[in-house]
Amino acid sequence: MNFRSIGIIFQKELKGYFNSLIAYVVITMFLLITGYFFYNLLATFSVVSFQAQSNPMLAKQYQLLNINETVVRPLFGNISIIMLLMTPLLTMRLFSEEKKTGTIELLLTYPVNDIDVVISKFLACFVVFLTMILLTATFPILLIVLGEPEVMPILTGYLGLILMGAAFISLGIFTSSLTENQIIAASISFGLLFLFYMMSYSVSFVSGGFGRILSYLSINEHIASMAKGVLDTEDIIYYFCFIVLFLFLTLRVLESKRWR
Amino acid sequence: MIEVEHLTKDYGQHRALDDISFSVGKGEIVGFLGPNGAGKTTMMRILTCFFPATKGKAMVAGYDCFEDSLNVRKRIGYLPERVPLYEDMKVTDYLAFAAGAKGVPARDVKRSVDQVVDDFGLHDVASKMISACSRGYRQRVGLAQAVVNDPDVLILDEPTVGLDPKQIQEIRRIIRDLAGKRTVILSTHILPEVSLLCGRVIIINKGKLVAVDKPENLTAKKSSKLLLRIDGPEADIEKAITRVEGVKATEREQVAAGDPCGFIVDFDDEKLVRKNLQSLIAQNSWDLIEMRPIEKSLEEIFINLITKEDI
Repeated sequence: MNFRSIGIIFQKELKGYFNSLIAYVVITMFLLITGYFFYNLLATFSVVSFQAQSNPMLAKQYQLLNINETVVRPLFGNISIIMLLMTPLLTMRLFSEEKKTGTIELLLTYPVNDIDVVISKFLACFVVFLTMILLTATFPILLIVLGEPEVMPILTGYLGLILMGAAFISLGIFTSSLTENQIIAASISFGLLFLFYMMSYSVSFVSGGFGRILSYLSINEHIASMAKGVLDTEDIIYYFCFIVLFLFLTLRVLESKRWR
Repeated sequence: MIEVEHLTKDYGQHRALDDISFSVGKGEIVGFLGPNGAGKTTMMRILTCFFPATKGKAMVAGYDCFEDSLNVRKRIGYLPERVPLYEDMKVTDYLAFAAGAKGVPARDVKRSVDQVVDDFGLHDVASKMISACSRGYRQRVGLAQAVVNDPDVLILDEPTVGLDPKQIQEIRRIIRDLAGKRTVILSTHILPEVSLLCGRVIIINKGKLVAVDKPENLTAKKSSKLLLRIDGPEADIEKAITRVEGVKATEREQVAAGDPCGFIVDFDDEKLVRKNLQSLIAQNSWDLIEMRPIEKSLEEIFINLITKEDI
């Protein structure tokens, strides 16, 4: 690993996102959709609270006049699904485009290690993602200014989203390294991410140990407790392993040109 | 500077390079010549460490391309055939990136970039996006990124392909300027380019080494024919020429209708044949229009070499 070459390729990748408008478009669309969800969640919350004022029974029935439970947690759920849709669009170009245009040939004949290339591409995409996700912080900040939500679950929830996004990106980079076609890269990465996301769906039909394995592998299970404000090392280790595994596989794909 | 020993490369079942050996000394300009699909690009990709050979050994500047690839890559400048550049970068940004990635120290990056912008006449496009550059400028940017770290060895894959004649001349001039202390390997299927630029030529065909020689030696070796154009009765002339002492074979040269007839004469001893032919023409008072040795063009030698079955 060479930090200078990582820095140089990282800069180039980051500029690539912003020079080609990809970052602006994806971030704008992301904020538009998340904003739409936030508005509707908040509107529902305020209507229910308003009605509960005149009808205490309703409040009891819903037992949900907790802004963390009715707005913040569902918002995190929504954001994670929109991330699922958007991150393949950010990652699909990283290697596919270089393969298609042939620039990979120059990049890999420069005196840089393959691992530097993978890490710098990951970091550049991660920074774009981070910009995107941190801009959604305006929603909880609004809640804190206007209401009294618990802050801790919001912070851990964001940590969960960020880890999840990093995991999405690592898988996206891996699929991008497999093909020179960006649409194929995006489709595979979307498909795999969706499977990982929905893996816990089938847990109830699978008995015993295998079910537990499925539930542990499900990328969505690990964010649930974080969205409630519980920080478990198990979850952090899961995301960490996920990221390292797919970056490692990407590296192997790059190196496979040496024996193919 | 470059040593290649028994290099073989297989793509699955297909053998792209077959037991190739050659060496290139410091400061030489060597041309890689071969038809499309001969294995030129494969050869260059092995030398630039893009992928390794299946068998054999390639050394650049004393380092093994497989074992010591980083050290090799520090010392080469490579221009791939398609000139792949990052379209969404500005020319100077791109060159600065290339310089940095190729290990030019941070404080020298700006100077190196200014230097190549000067050398390659890139001032007009310096702040343009690469996607907005013309084919000629792209080629120059490609060459600029290859030399931005001042490498010892330059590997250029078809550097003049797809350019207009004026641009081709310019790029050739640049390549000649680049040579000198550097070792240059360039591939091409344009033959005159080789005689113009290269001190030595390596001809490969279907992955096999066909010939390694100086371009002028290749041309000199193979010239042993005379072109003869005579105004007179064609059939008689042909008959008479074949009977001249020293003539091995005669061939009718295709000419436009109405033009004096032409023959290509194969011989052993040029002086003798010339003398005999002249006296024959004088005796018959035919009109001699032209008599000159045919120097085979590189094209012909090339076609000869690569179509020979026994090599």
